This record gives sequence, structure tokens and C-alpha cells, in this order.
Amino acid sequence: MLKLDAVAKIYKVGAFGGRTLTAVDDVGFEIRSGEVVSLIGESGSGKSTVGRMVLGLTAVTRGSITYDGADIATLPRKAYYRSVQGVFQDPFSCYNPVFKADRVFRMIKEEYFPRVAAPEWDAKIEESLDDVRLNPAQVLGKYPHQLSGGQLQRLLIARALLLDIKFLVADEITSMLDASTRIDVLNLLADLKSRGLGVLFVTHDLSLGNYVSERTVVMHRGHVVEMGLTDKVFTDPRHPYTAKLLSSVPQLTTKWDDTPAVPLDILDYGAAALVEVEPGHLVRQEQSLRSVN
Amino acid sequence: MGLRVNDLKVYYQTLRGEVKALDGVTFAVGDGEILGLAGESGCGKTTLGKSLIRMDGRMRHTGGTVELDGAELPIGDDRRMNRFRFSEVSIIPQYAMSAMNPTRKIGKMVADLLESRGLRYRNLAGELERRLDLVELPREVLGSYPLELSGGMKQRMVMVISTLLDPSLLIADEITSALDVSTQKAVARTLVGFRDRGFVRSVIFITHDISLTYQIADTIMVMYAGKVAEKARADVIVNAPRHPYTKLLISSLPEVGVRYADRKLAGIPGSPPSLLDPPTGCRFRDRCPLAHDKCAEEPPAVEVEPDHFVACWKA
Repeated sequence: MLKLDAVAKIYKVGAFGGRTLTAVDDVGFEIRSGEVVSLIGESGSGKSTVGRMVLGLTAVTRGSITYDGADIATLPRKAYYRSVQGVFQDPFSCYNPVFKADRVFRMIKEEYFPRVAAPEWDAKIEESLDDVRLNPAQVLGKYPHQLSGGQLQRLLIARALLLDIKFLVADEITSMLDASTRIDVLNLLADLKSRGLGVLFVTHDLSLGNYVSERTVVMHRGHVVEMGLTDKVFTDPRHPYTAKLLSSVPQLTTKWDDTPAVPLDILDYGAAALVEVEPGHLVRQEQSLRSVN
Repeated sequence: MGLRVNDLKVYYQTLRGEVKALDGVTFAVGDGEILGLAGESGCGKTTLGKSLIRMDGRMRHTGGTVELDGAELPIGDDRRMNRFRFSEVSIIPQYAMSAMNPTRKIGKMVADLLESRGLRYRNLAGELERRLDLVELPREVLGSYPLELSGGMKQRMVMVISTLLDPSLLIADEITSALDVSTQKAVARTLVGFRDRGFVRSVIFITHDISLTYQIADTIMVMYAGKVAEKARADVIVNAPRHPYTKLLISSLPEVGVRYADRKLAGIPGSPPSLLDPPTGCRFRDRCPLAHDKCAEEPPAVEVEPDHFVACWKA
């Protein structure tokens, strides 16, 4: 289990680091095996920073992230990455253009499995390509420019699976893909989930979060404003920000003209606390500083 | 009168040959109409938008005609086209962030722009300020640098500049794809407001997001591999599509208001054909579940109902 406990990230900014910027504050939730948690927020909400902290790419300023009870800051990096891996937005820039795309597999072998025999390794590669529904003949030995975005993105997930990971941080993994292939990658996540993988699905697209996840965490300006079961959060949003987001999403079932606009006041999350409005459904109760419409 | 595009062909010159990015596209946009142009990457939607205002060096106008308000647009002639740009045909670029000169104050930049068209800033300043009020931008933005504005503000500023001379045709290419959902809604609705107030007469709204197009467009045109697959009223495209590609595309979109407990959506297997050497006949044939022998011939665009055009033998 991955657990975030009152995690904060404070950057020093200004010429001599004289000022501070709180990018993430008081974020706490957990991801269990076999569960997809979507982390939803607009740009600047701190959602990607949370993803990067879980992956150990950015240090935590306050609070802690634990994996099976051990603080990830104290865990040996290599051992941690055997269990937790990340896949990011842009599959095109993740590959070295002059190397064949499947070289990422060989790098994994050299780094983590130097003693595995070649035939055994090939079987393992085939198995993980099968898991992401790629045909080995179509992708092995190809250069990145010969493969489509969806294929490259799935190749990166296959690479993560080679390590027998337990958790995957998926940061906007479908935003560079076309609508017709995007859904395949989402279905793939659902498949992997049913086999015990835990996924932190970071996205700005509410419809994708609604499709893949069991639980949803909504962030705004570095704070968790609402979290709970995806069904509950999406059908009965209790926080005005969540309601605002949901009313702004373009849908094929309703038109904007038919739904009332949701006003959002300027909110100060400073000292507000998360309150459990029903079991497992937490909402931040802050004071409204100023009304706007 | 609006825009009439007839059998337009625009090819890209590359070292490996001609890429047939637009291969015989015919459609019309009426006065006061917002046409949503949807499709996946590489379908030719951006090429179409660019051809109507400015072709880049690799693009060649190989055939077909474009008429705006009854007069022919010389789209293949960069110089002659200049007379129409900004005043008759205008564009809101995708990246408003980089569309404005970072070293000039916004007001100064607008003045430069108008001067280049032989117009006086002074004569238009009142109208400019009125429109800033309309999109809820403070008048002070004219004295600030683009750097000082947020993404949504910049996008709205660029919209005001692009439409300042009341162009007949406005091309909006993926104008909201870099914005957050709440800003996206505001920007998209501003565009509709511009049309309602007559700042622009017709709009071509290019996006990959069909749900967004559905919110604001009157008509949606779906393109596939350089050709028009289907064109109809927005609600017809969404609720009663006839082309198999449109059907599959719409059924692959996850929605916010729907619960997906155990129901899975399916994508479209395969990928679009290479436009360097496109297949004969229907270009969607390889991925189409309904494909049959007839599809080796190219399907004509047939008006199956009034204003509903479909290019498919099975429609």
C-alpha cells in the first residue's frame, strides 16, 4: 500500500530563495493494490508534483510517503523502483530517437536482471508485451518514429511491468493520444488493475478519471478539496470547486446552455480542514473570502 | 453568402513525395454559422484551416477553389492573399502564449498591426476598449506585456485582436486545448458571443474534442485521412451518425455523466493510412467493421438527408 500522509512541497523562490511557494499542502490519501485512484486538478493544482513525489523525483518538504509502512525517503532507490514506476505524458520524447525503441527493455535487463538467461528474458518480454496487447513482431526492432503514440505509450507500460511493479504512477498518459486509441490505454489500465496493480492516475480530464477510477481525489491550488468514491464525487459533488469543474466539462449528453453556471467564490484553504461528510467522502470546509459570480 | 470550398486539394512537398493532406474537400459554411471541424491527428483539419489563411512553404495548392462571399480567395498566392488576411479572413492561433510579441506592450502591438493595414489605432481604440469590456478584460491590459497575462486572458486578448476588423471568416484552431476546463468553457462561449454580436460572420472551429465542438458548433464536419467523412447538424452527428468512423469515434468517448461500472468502451483498431501513398477507395476501409468489396471504389459524399452528407457506401 502506498500512503501519503499530510504531504507538503514548499519551493524556495526569488533571487536568493528568500520567498517560499507552497505548491502542495496537506495532501493525504492512500492507494491499495488493485485500485485506480485518479488525481484530478487543473494546471498549477499540484497534481503532477504529488505524482513526482510518489516517484521520489522530488523531495517531500513536510509529511511522509510510505510504501508498505516504510518511508520511501529511506528505502533504497533501486528496490523501490522495482515496485513503483511512472509513465508520463509525452511518449515521443521518452525514447532516444537513434536507438530502437525496444532498447528500453535491454536497459532494464542490464540494470536489474543481469543474471537472467536470454531465452528466459525474451519470454518475459513477450509476456509483458502481451499484457499491454502489443504484437511483438510489430514493435520489436523498430525505431520510435516508426511506431504510433499509442504503441510507444504501451511500450513504456510494458517496460514498467517487466519489473513486476505493484504501483504505477500514470501522469496524463493519454493526453497526447487520439480519441480512438486513448480508450485502449485506459482499458489496459483497468485490466492491469484487475490483476492487482495499484494505479495513481493523474489527469486534468474528468471524463477519463470517471471512466477508470474507483476513487477520486480533486486538488485545487495545492490542496485536496474533495475525495471519495468516484461515483459519489462525480454524482454528488459537495465542494463548490468540484461542482464548478463538473459543470465546465463538455459532454455529449447535455449542453452548457441547459445547465446552470456554478459560481465559485475566491477560497482560502489556509487553515481549513477536511471533514468527512459521509463514510469515505471527505470535503474541505473553508471560508469564502469573497463572492464572485 | 459565406464560404464555399470546392474539391480543395492541398499537398505537402516532402523529400519522399507528396503528402496528400487534403484530397478533394468540398463543403460550405453559411453566414452566422459555426462549423466544428473534428478529427484525429493527421486527418487534415489543421491543413484545411491553414490553407484558408496562409499556406506555409511546403504546402501546394494543387486543385479546387475557395470562394468567400462570392469572390474567389487566391489561397495559393501568398501576396494576393494578403489583402484578405485580418480584414476578411482571420485566425486565432492555437498558442496564444506565443502569438503576441513579447517585447511590445499589447496596445503598441495592436497599433503596429493596424498600421500595417493602413489603419489608425486612434480610430479603432474605442471599439477595442468596448470589446475588452465585453470579454471582461481590464483596459489596463493594453499597457501591459503579454507576459503579465494568464493563459485564459492571453487567449481572450488574441481573440479580440483577431476579430477587431470584423472578418467574414474566422478560423479557430484548437484554441482551447492548452486551457483548463473552466477557462475552456469561458473562451468557447466568448467565441459564440462574437458570432452572436456579428463580430465575425462564419467560424471554423477546429478541435479534436467532439464533446467541445458539440457545445458550441451548429454543424460538425468529421474528417478522416484528408477527406470529409461526414457533415451534419451538431446534434445529428452526435445522436444519429451514419458514417462508421463517426459512430466508432463517438462511442469511444468516455463521459462524465455516465457510470461505467462494468461497461467497457472500445477504441478503433489500427491506425490511419499514410497520406504519402493513400489507398484507393474508402480510406477508412482497413479499420472499418462494415467494409466490403464495393469499398475499393471511392465513396461519393451523398446527401442522405437535407444537410447531412456522408461519404460511405453503407450509409
